[in-house]
This record gives sequence, structure tokens and C-alpha cells, in this order.
Amino acid sequence: MTVAATNTPKSQSELGIILKGVCKDPLGLMGLIIVGTIVISALLATWIVPYDPIAMNIKDRMQGPSFAHLLGTDQLGRDTFSRVIMGGRVALKVALPAIFGAMAIGLTLGMIAGYGPKWLDNLLMLFFDTIRSFPTVMFALAVVALVGPSLQTVVIVVMATSIPTYGRVARTQTLTLRNSEFILAERSMGAKMSRILGVHMLPNIIGVLAVLAAMDIPGVIALEAGLSFLGLGVKPPTPSWGALLKDGYALIRQTPWLVIAGGLPIILATLGFTFLGESLRDVVDPKLRKNR
Amino acid sequence: MVKYTIKRFGLAALILLVAVTTMFLMIRAVPGDPVSIMLGPRATPELKAILTAQMALDQPIWRQLLIYLGGLLRGDLGVDVFSQRSVSDIVFQQLPYTLELILVSIGWSAMLGIAMGAYAAAHPNTMIDRVTAAISVSFIAAPAFVVALLTLLVFAVKLQWFPAIGAGEGFADRMSHLVLPSIAIGLSWVGYIARLVRASMLEVMGESHIRTARAFGLSEPRIVGIYALRIAILPVVTVIGVGMGFLLSSAVFTEIVFARPGLGKLVIDSITTRNYPVVMGSVLVSTALFVISTALADLINAILDPRARADL
Amino acid sequence: MSDALLEIDNLCVDYETARGDLKALRDITFNINKGEIVGIVGESGCGKSTLISAILRLIAPNTRFRNGEIRFKGEDLLTASEEKIRSLRGSDISIVFQDPMQTHNPVISIGNQMVDIQHRSKAPKAEKRAYAAKMLAAVGIPDPDARLNQYPHEFSGGMRQRIAIAMALMSEPDLLIADEPTTALDATLEVQIIERLKNLQKDFGCSILFISHHLGVIAELCDRVVVMYAGAVVESGTVREVFHNPKHPYTKRLIECDPGHIKERARVLPTIPGEVPDLANLPSGCIFRDRCLQAMDRCTSVPPLTDITESQRAACWLNHMEAAE
Repeated sequence: MTVAATNTPKSQSELGIILKGVCKDPLGLMGLIIVGTIVISALLATWIVPYDPIAMNIKDRMQGPSFAHLLGTDQLGRDTFSRVIMGGRVALKVALPAIFGAMAIGLTLGMIAGYGPKWLDNLLMLFFDTIRSFPTVMFALAVVALVGPSLQTVVIVVMATSIPTYGRVARTQTLTLRNSEFILAERSMGAKMSRILGVHMLPNIIGVLAVLAAMDIPGVIALEAGLSFLGLGVKPPTPSWGALLKDGYALIRQTPWLVIAGGLPIILATLGFTFLGESLRDVVDPKLRKNR
Repeated sequence: MVKYTIKRFGLAALILLVAVTTMFLMIRAVPGDPVSIMLGPRATPELKAILTAQMALDQPIWRQLLIYLGGLLRGDLGVDVFSQRSVSDIVFQQLPYTLELILVSIGWSAMLGIAMGAYAAAHPNTMIDRVTAAISVSFIAAPAFVVALLTLLVFAVKLQWFPAIGAGEGFADRMSHLVLPSIAIGLSWVGYIARLVRASMLEVMGESHIRTARAFGLSEPRIVGIYALRIAILPVVTVIGVGMGFLLSSAVFTEIVFARPGLGKLVIDSITTRNYPVVMGSVLVSTALFVISTALADLINAILDPRARADL
Repeated sequence: MSDALLEIDNLCVDYETARGDLKALRDITFNINKGEIVGIVGESGCGKSTLISAILRLIAPNTRFRNGEIRFKGEDLLTASEEKIRSLRGSDISIVFQDPMQTHNPVISIGNQMVDIQHRSKAPKAEKRAYAAKMLAAVGIPDPDARLNQYPHEFSGGMRQRIAIAMALMSEPDLLIADEPTTALDATLEVQIIERLKNLQKDFGCSILFISHHLGVIAELCDRVVVMYAGAVVESGTVREVFHNPKHPYTKRLIECDPGHIKERARVLPTIPGEVPDLANLPSGCIFRDRCLQAMDRCTSVPPLTDITESQRAACWLNHMEAAE
């Protein structure tokens, strides 16, 4: 049991060590700051925004950046800065549930594939390969075409398309762990499968998946923005970075600041999560670096 | 080799079959009359009648699936609700534009990325290496459609160096129309490939056979450029094959931003007009493209790497 | 000696590390004459590999030559230009590496690799290929023409090592360095390779520097032997002298511990107790002192490598005592 004890879930202090490791890496620190800013501004959005992000004000429409409107206004006179801040909230509202959902389902299926009988493994792998064989955006478009655009649709599509990535990694990890000494010891003592999977394997797999999740978030944010840009994501007048780009694109000669105001947060968020994810990966599992 | 090819494409066909079946069942899972769903709300009664007969709705569902698959095998992707033209005609008319865009994009970015990665690996921990690393990371973080919009704004609208819309006619015009879209799609790949090549190059350069090549007095450019690079680019081939789905996704957005003809524009236009047969046809064709390109990448890898040939 | 091919004089090589300089080689001195087979024995980490990488200057970036010379046909290799060194590699000096499984490029056919290493010859490709096939036949690879089209993974370990030997001999080098060429192979293959090497040496007339920790192989193959310990030469001489009348306690223990030498049934294989000294932090005096059963007061100063006979030399104070007595 002493062997198993070293493999219990990451404690607070361990989390502190990881955080310290990330802060030591300049890129990691930068990622942490960017991500932190986005998360905090999303949480406090309601108090930060100077204007109601969906309140129209035809008198002030299509205004360039000024002190009154830091990032100008759009064709309906809505304050761009307020919409950018609120857009961050929408981006996280899509990305986080989608990623956590995909992680949970992928983890479960992957562990079953890795630990269960061979035929089930083959079946699940075929299932993973099939989902992966749909180009993400095309799959998303097909679903949106069938059930209509909404925030939930985007979440479900992202979740469905990311399950295989987590599933495959969880499977590989399970297969490796399955024959490791401490699991063999547990099994020889007659531990139940649910105990082996839940108590011993889960903590060892979840770290790797968490790193993967951090690196996946930029893709999800980009996909949400992309679908909203196409008018197939969140419905207007909900402020979203993609919607900003859509409005800016439609009137690119008149309101170019909208394109920049919508584009930069996406690039920054992508950059931040990528830096943070890579730094986390190096701290949590340096081996992964080589595999990429 | 022949056996491997058959095996690999057999697997691709199986995956495609499962994918098509999944999609078929997905449409059925949406509540309502399948004919109306497949044709969309704007279908004419005549078309509904034709499709109802085609789909054999009175038959059990597995028969319906077989009939549907049989149609696909004959290249029958259904009929356009509006023009009554064959969907496969419409899709394959647009496909070359998308392929052209994807190939040009991945072509320039792979060449630049490999060169950058190999150079960085040959001069590890120098200034050039660090600059390459910084550029790589920044480029990776640039989603294609955002880059597309920003380049459109700067180079087409403000500076007017390149055309903003369409695909152009004649070689030179077409090329100038490809510049901005292919930058938008390729930019994130440059960094990704450079990092990949740098890492795998550093690994290969540390292997014993490189020392052997040096011990026989082969020139350093030959060792780096042929003996090491031939091994180091293997993962790039795989990554591009697997990345085809991502490339297709980027192409969809880029085509919209630059109003270029192609699969992406076709799909979006069809969704807007609720022309479902064309949407489904395009999704199927792009899925097939993705699955085939993954198989093709494995095949190219097997040609480049004799060890992979032996394993399978 | 005028017929010396390779002369190594007082060679000192360090590795710069975070822990300070690692003194990998100290005052290495020995010669290889034309047509001679010289063996180097010693435990792993004694500096054998550093020595051969120094000869070919295939060195890690943190390697520092502190002192000494390596003269090949009278020319110092340590100060020679990079071009000069490259022109020697694979032409006048060839090498066979330890691990045959890793020594060839996995994605280039054996034939193309063998053609490639003839890059100095202006002959047409077909001629180079024919020569490659001839060399494969010479090391006993059956059906060489067909096998030229195959890739390294299609050959067994023993075959790959024979191919490596064929490649090394292609340029008819004056010096062949063999770095534990049989360590990765099983015993039967080892015997075959040694026999092959012996016969080829007769045919090609080259000198061989043979590195091994296997005393039996050295005794079988070599004319002279150099015993290395912790980066220094402790004894050298003809195989007969060194193996039958060792003059350094380390050599004696090495021979006692060789499984081929143990006649009586022993319950435990004998080993030399103690550890090889830390090369970054060398003890003063004789490097073998801590492990030596005959250590004495005098051993606190470094014993010089002194002549015992015309051909045998050893670095131990015991020999000075005998001389004094």
C-alpha cells in the first residue's frame, strides 16, 4: 500500500510546485498572466464594462476609438470594448464545458479501451478513428445545419470532436500503467477493477490529460469564434469575438477597428493558453515534449 | 508494399464506411420526416417524392442504409434542391479550388518550416535558434481566419497590394489571388513544422549512424541535408496527413473571408439557403479527402522509411 | 621506431562539465606500427572511447585537448585542419563502431551507403556498386548483389557488423579502429567476426587498433596490448608478456577476474573490489591505490610508466622495488 500511496492524487503542495515551475519559465509566466487576465476580466465582466454590450445607440454608431469608446463602436452604436470583455466570457463559457466534457468522456472510454477486453478496445478505437475522420469544421457545419446554430450546439460539437484525442491518450496511458508494478501488486491482492481504475490509474492519467486540455483550449476558442464569424455560432446580439469579426468584416472599409478588436483577443488567448499549456507540459511531464 | 497499400486503404475504406453510416444515422436521429430533413424545408414536393422512392422508406433501416451506400458507390450524392443538378457535379466542380489552396498553403509552409527547423537544429542554442523558436510559437497561435481577416485588412484593403476577393483568372492573376489566403492558412504550419523538424533533427543528429557518416568523411551538408533530414522529415509527412482535417477547416474560413470559390464557400452558401443535400455531399467528400490523405501520408512514410514497410 | 604508423604522446583530454573538468585521458603514450594489431583493454569508463574519438577528432563539443600529440604518419592530428582530418576519415583511418544495430542509416539502402562512402573516388556509380558487392562477398555476405538493395533492418546483427567491417575496409585504410565490434554479438558470432578480421588483416595488411574488454579476444587477435585504467595507461607490452607476466596489479586482477581464465569452480565470480575513481576529482598518487591489495606508502606519488623489458612497460612502484632489490 505504500507503493500505492505515492500515486494518490496531486496534493495542494504539488499544485504549488507545478505553479512555481510554470512561473520560472518566462513564456509560462507570460501565458499565466494572459490567461489570468482573460479569466478575471470574464468573471468580473459585468462590473468592468463601461457600457451595456448589447445596448444600441444609433447616434454614436461607427465611431473610431476615442476616450468615450476605447475601441470605437459598431454599426449599431454598441461599445466595442464592452463587447470584447463580454466576448471573453462567451469564449470561456463554450471552451471550458466542452473541454471538461470531452475530457471526462474521453478519459472514461480510453480507460475502458485500455483496460477492457481486446474486442472492446478495437471497437472503441474504430469509433475514435471515425470521429477523427470528420474534418472538425465540416462536422460542426453538418451538425449546425441539422439542428440549428446555438451556444449549446457549439459546445456539443467541440466535445464530440475532441473526445478521441483524450480517449487515445488515456488508453495509451492505461495500457502502460496496466503492467506497471504497483498496479500488478494491487491486482494480485484482488482489488476490484473500479478501484484500480478510479483510485490508482486516474490520478496518473489526469495530469497528462490536463496538459492536453490546456493546449486544446485555443483550438476551441478559435472554433467558437470561427463559427460565430460565419453566423453559425452564438446568436446575435450576444457579444462574441467571432461576432465582432463578422460585423467588422461586413464593413471592413468603414469599421476596420472591429476586425482588430475581435482578432487580437483571439490571438492573445491562443498565445496565452499555448504558452501556459507548453509550460505545464514541461513541468508535469517532460517526456511528452519529446513525443510531440 | 502492394499488400501494405491494400491493407492501409482497406482500413481507410472501413473508416469511411463507418463515418458515412454515422452520418446517415445522425440524420435519422433528428426528429421529423427524414426526407424533409435531408432535403431541407425548401424542397419541392416532386423532389420529396423522388427521394422517398430512392430511400425506400418502407424498407427496414439496414436496407435503406445499403441503398444509400450503393448510391454513394455509384457517385450519387443526391440532387441539389434548387437547380436539380447532381450534387456530386457541384461538389467536384468546387473541389479543385480548395485543393489548390490547401496544396499551395502547405507547400510553402512545409518548405519554410523544414528549412527553419533544420537550420535551428544545426545551430542549437544560438541566436538564430532562439529567434526561430520565438517565431514558431507566435505563428502557431494564429488561427487561420483571424490571420485571413487581418491580412485582408492590411494588405488588401489598406495597402491594396493584393486582390481581396475571388480566385482570379490566368496563371499570374490566380497566383496573386492565392498569396493572402495561403499565408493565412500556412502561417501557423510554418511554426509547427519548424518546431517538429528541429526536435526530430536534434534527435537524429545524436544517433550513432550520423557518427558513422562523419567517420567516413562525408561532408557536413550531405550529412545534415540527406542522412539526417530524410529521417527527420518523416513525422512531418504524418503530421500533414493527419492535419488535412485542420487544413480543410482553415480553408473553409479562408474561402469565406476572401470570397474564394471552393468547398467552404459552397457549404456555407448551402447552409444559408438550407440546401441540405449539397451540405451533406460536401461534408462527405471532405471527409473522404481527409481519410484518403491520412492513408496517403502513411503510404508515403512507408516509401520513405523502409522500417515502416517491414512493420506492416 | 621508424615504422610507427600512429604515435600517441602524452595525450591529455578533458571534458568540461558543470562539475568541473573531467580528466578523461591523462598522459596516454603508445605506438601502433605498420601491419600491427594492438589491443586496448579496460573496464567501461576507462577512456577507450574518448581515445578513439580523439584519434578521429569525432569529439563532443565540450572536449578539450590539454596536452600531447597524436601523430599519424608523422603528422599531428590534433592541430591538423578540419579538412585534413576529414580527408583521413574513412580513407586512411577507418572505424568499426560498437553497436551494429545503430551504425547504419536506417532509411538508405546498404548499397547506396556503400557507394556514398566512396565519395572520394571519381569512378562511375556502377563500378562503385560492383566494388561494394565485392567487399560484401569478402566479409562473407552471400548473394551480395541482391543484398545491396536491402536496408539495414533486413540484416541480422552479425551481418550488419560484417557490413560495417566491409565498409571500413573499402578504402584499404592504413589503420582500422575497431571499437568493441563484437560486444553486442553472441559468442559464436564473435569467434566468426574475429576470424574474419584476422584473415582480412592479412589480405589488406592494415594496422588494427582493437578495443575490447574481453581478454580472450585480445589474446586471440592482437600482437600487443595496452591496459588502461581510469583514463591512463597502466601497462603495455606484447600479448605474451602482459598476459603471462603482468607487471601491474590491475592487469593481474583483470586476468584473474576474466571468466575465461578461471579454472576452478567458483561460487562467486571474482571481481575487483572498490570503485573507479571520480575523474572530476582525482585522488593524488597512483590512481589504482584505493583498490590495490599491494598498496604502500610510496603509492601516494604517481608512478611513471617505465620500461620493464624492451617491449613491456608498466606504471607501478612495485617494479622499481624489484629493480632495487
